[in-house]
Amino acid sequence: MNLQTQQAVSRRPGFLARDALQTLFTVLSQSGYRVFGPMVRDGAIQFDTLTAADQLPSGILNDQKPGHYRLEQTDNPRVFGWNHGPQALKPLCFAPRDELWSEQSGPLRFSQSQPDVEPTAVIGVRACDLAALAIQDRHFLTDPDPDPYYRQRRESLLLIGVDCAQSASTCFCASTGDGPALDDRYDIGMAELDEGFLLWQGSEKGRAVTDQLDLQIASDDQLAAMVQATSQAASDQSRSLPDSDELMLLYKRLEHAHWQQVAERCLSCGNCTAVCPTCFCYETTHEMALDGKTAKMIRQWDSCFSATHSSMGQFQVRSTTKQRYRQWLTHKLAGWQSQQGRIGCTGCGRCIVWCPVGIDLTVETVAVLEEGSLDV
Amino acid sequence: MNGQKPKLAVHKFSSCDGCQLALLNLGETLLQLPELVEIVHFAEAGPNAPDATVDIALVEGSISTPEDVHRIRMVREKSRVLVTIGACATAGGLQALANFADRDAWMSAIYPNPELIDTLRTSSAISGHVRVDCELHGCPVSSRQVVSALRELLNGVMPREETQPVCVECKRRGVICTLVSKGEPCMGPVTLSGCGALCPAAGRGCYGCYGPAERVNDPSLSNRFVDLGLDRQASARRFHFIANQAPAFKAAGSRLKDESHE
Repeated sequence: MNLQTQQAVSRRPGFLARDALQTLFTVLSQSGYRVFGPMVRDGAIQFDTLTAADQLPSGILNDQKPGHYRLEQTDNPRVFGWNHGPQALKPLCFAPRDELWSEQSGPLRFSQSQPDVEPTAVIGVRACDLAALAIQDRHFLTDPDPDPYYRQRRESLLLIGVDCAQSASTCFCASTGDGPALDDRYDIGMAELDEGFLLWQGSEKGRAVTDQLDLQIASDDQLAAMVQATSQAASDQSRSLPDSDELMLLYKRLEHAHWQQVAERCLSCGNCTAVCPTCFCYETTHEMALDGKTAKMIRQWDSCFSATHSSMGQFQVRSTTKQRYRQWLTHKLAGWQSQQGRIGCTGCGRCIVWCPVGIDLTVETVAVLEEGSLDV
Repeated sequence: MNGQKPKLAVHKFSSCDGCQLALLNLGETLLQLPELVEIVHFAEAGPNAPDATVDIALVEGSISTPEDVHRIRMVREKSRVLVTIGACATAGGLQALANFADRDAWMSAIYPNPELIDTLRTSSAISGHVRVDCELHGCPVSSRQVVSALRELLNGVMPREETQPVCVECKRRGVICTLVSKGEPCMGPVTLSGCGALCPAAGRGCYGCYGPAERVNDPSLSNRFVDLGLDRQASARRFHFIANQAPAFKAAGSRLKDESHE
């Protein structure tokens, strides 16, 4: 038995026929969860509240290329035949805009704001996004100062992961070690086959749900198909990142001429950081009502490509696009290794797809790592 | 101000009045305004005292006539803080497109007696004529930004300036990128935020009415526009549109026009 087959068996999945998928929704709902999952809206896969299994994106395939995202409707009955849209888990835990506290005058009073949280089962989460969530957890939840807003949202989640049985052209999770097969960071695991789904528990919380499902015994053929699918998806990936040790050499390439070549294309718009499932930078602003009697402290997503991100008083540390792109790439792929214990990229490829001008970090990284001319 | 309420004036120059409407559309918040300031001049809303000395002047519109030039100097002298509101006041406005055209030919084509029209050769931003303390962009301005700026001025500080591009607001709102998902040219990556990603949220590309963001990489974005099927003339018109006299957009549009003639 090879390693992959061993893993497949260790999952101990049961089989749920395609036309019985609604029972999963029913059990989740009866267990008190809001079901949050993928749907097609405005031409993209977006995650939102679902009430029934038939709202899942049946037959939808995705065409993802640098600066290009299109969905295609097919007759294929599969509901997880796509890879991802611009967001998945990040906005659920690290809200794009969060009210931290409010205050009022006369007498001055502060009150902490509470996020609006309810138990939420997220269905259809990919391996790359679960790996990214683990990085965000490490950033926001590490003692001694875990972030209470993030924590409340994070603890409300039941994560239902799904193996990727296909890769988009921009996927490179195999090279970062984060996919396409689920690893171990979910409550319930799923794999989609033509005839239905394999499901298995990943945690006690997940087991409480799967125990209520009438799962059949998975056949050897079904187990083999599950293993074959992710194996094929991995070998279909044409993009990759160099290994972690080689990426540390980015710090020896700070004066490489290629940074300027990227800067000539980069718009400094911050889209790459906003869609990145691991980027965690934010800014805080104070919003006062017109009457001056009440105010709110707001935290919202920021980007290392913005002017204010590196401003200290009147002094801006990184005033050029070249400096900002270099900061982003070196921090994500090298700096994070010492700060977070691993690189800050899980191979989802969103930064490539949602860059308006299609800048490809896998290409730029290799170009910078190559011995080359230095800036003068 | 000796315990008295600060005085506020709203002045109009060459414009469509849409930015004043953004003020009038504030709803309940508008009703708070007279409790905080004495509105001494706001002709569109009633009070009419254009010569009054005030603490805060909001100025809408561009300078396009000799009379405008004279009047804006007077407004400057009578105002402690002068805030320009909207694309006309901050970047010349749509009417400044005439700066690029044969003005005399257009005037003769449209008016039976063009010699009766007393106008300057150009339409220009207020900042080209007098010192401006603060600029609020957009066509029209966002009511939220006007309220926020007034509050900060009443607090005795200058309003914080936005610097980020519209893309940041799109992503915070979960708006799907029209450029990436539809191939529709969008000015969002080079345009200042503040509108709340109004147009992309309605499924169309940003048309740049807030003017240039902090960083404007127009060669890269216009190359992308060309890839998406816009020729250089059409790309030039994306920059030479509502905020056409903002220096970065003016230069970008002119460069693209020159390239299209090569």
